[in-house]
Amino acid sequence: MIAHAIFFYVFSVIAVVSAIMVTVSKNTVHSVFFLILDFISISCLFIMIGAEFLGMIMLIVYVGAVAVLFLFVVMMLNVAQQKNQWFVSKDSSRHIPIGLLISVIIFFELIIVIGGWKYKPDLFNSAKSSLENGVSNTHSLGQVLYTDYIHVFQISGMILLIAMIGAIVLTFRQREGVKKQSYLKQISRERTEGVEVLEVASNKGVKIDD
Amino acid sequence: MEYLNIIFQESYKILFLLVPVLVSVAMIVWLDRRVWAFVQKRQGPNVVGPFGLLQSLADALKYIFKEIIIPASSNKVIFILAPIITMTLALIAWAVIPFGVEQVLADINVGILYIFAVSSLSVYGIIMGGWASNSKYPFLGAIRSAAQMVSYEVSIGIIIINVLLCVGSLNLNDIVVAQKEMWFVIPLFPMFVIFFISALAETNRPPFDLPEAEAELVAGYQTEYSGMMYAMFWLGEYANILLMCALGSILFLGGWLSPIDLYPFNLIPGALWLIFKILFLFILFALVKAIVPRYRYDQLMRLGWKIFLPLSLTYVVLTASYLFYFNLLPTI
Repeated sequence: MIAHAIFFYVFSVIAVVSAIMVTVSKNTVHSVFFLILDFISISCLFIMIGAEFLGMIMLIVYVGAVAVLFLFVVMMLNVAQQKNQWFVSKDSSRHIPIGLLISVIIFFELIIVIGGWKYKPDLFNSAKSSLENGVSNTHSLGQVLYTDYIHVFQISGMILLIAMIGAIVLTFRQREGVKKQSYLKQISRERTEGVEVLEVASNKGVKIDD
Repeated sequence: MEYLNIIFQESYKILFLLVPVLVSVAMIVWLDRRVWAFVQKRQGPNVVGPFGLLQSLADALKYIFKEIIIPASSNKVIFILAPIITMTLALIAWAVIPFGVEQVLADINVGILYIFAVSSLSVYGIIMGGWASNSKYPFLGAIRSAAQMVSYEVSIGIIIINVLLCVGSLNLNDIVVAQKEMWFVIPLFPMFVIFFISALAETNRPPFDLPEAEAELVAGYQTEYSGMMYAMFWLGEYANILLMCALGSILFLGGWLSPIDLYPFNLIPGALWLIFKILFLFILFALVKAIVPRYRYDQLMRLGWKIFLPLSLTYVVLTASYLFYFNLLPTI
């Protein structure tokens, strides 16, 4: 148990410190790296309480894909300079009320979740229910997800799909005047249409279309 | 005291796994160069040691004694961290690879997910190296590789789902045992081909080595690295390639199972079979490097998203319907 406790405290300290560093560090790219560290240590905590599937999925989805895109955007936009401008300029305090509002809302939501957990007996029971013997975490998760909650699961999938299509529709634009290569055209090109023998008149030349 | 005992035992096991992996990574670099040379009618490294076997050792010595140059305008912590992360991630994934029924360091329930997670993390070494160098070519290489690795991971994940449908477990040993009757390469052959190509792209091997395309990007994300730090990137890359070969042989070629379950073949230990299969896949990797010219970037993206993703998704539907219709779904 001691080893378990040591690991738990190490991971949770790393998680909390890196979560603070996400907001504190001035360089945005560093923030994203701390966010990644946070994700990793939280997935370690998930694995420690026996939710190995959740921990691995957290690693794959958040660290392996979402955070890469974060990093991608932050590096491309060069947000570091912008942020410095915010701090220096006169209306730097303009963002504080909005941030405060959001943080208060999140705080109350957390209180409602934790408080509701205590007063709603259903939630309490489901939180305490342990896994059956000999059934792995992944297996029992799949059995719940694909039987009792199949509709919720599929609806959430549809919502994600709609969000994805929406993002594509919003950003997609047909650009004019861009040369595109067609693979079919390139492969199906033959010698007879590729080469043309012309009689070139002296001092006139020929026009080659480009 | 008991903890110390456990720690010693585990470290002994880990060393017993890591040292062979590192040595074989060095050997595999030599093999890669030899195969590459033979395809091009050259000799390749054949001077140091018998058949040039010690060439990698000589290279390693050279790298160790070279000066490590850290660019003045780089982000030093991340710059140094990047090769370390690449190397570590490439090595820790070996913990779950089974070399036999009992011969596995960590026999965890979600082994395949663990490997998938670690291989999806390996993009960070490259991104961090490219960004921290604070220079054009490394940054472009890093951006390219981020997009490339994220897109090919998707198809690898869906291919893994195909295999898991036939197995019914995420444990790597279970996956191997499920192939006792028939290796998955036979019913899932198209998936094996797609997995092989995606593994090439995932490990930044030619023809998909765009992150380090020397004609356009000097050496991509490695441009500013020198000495041992460069060597660590290299080692990590080759360890990743070996890992992908191991994953391919576990998922499709029956892992440590012998191809024929008859008397003389039974005697050969399973670990040796796995090594043979890894070598076979690696020689294919090396041949592809020698034969196929590099892809253009938009072709690479098109292949990943427009061809491999729909194909593997369709195959998931086909596999699932086949298994369901003939009542072959694995029971847990």
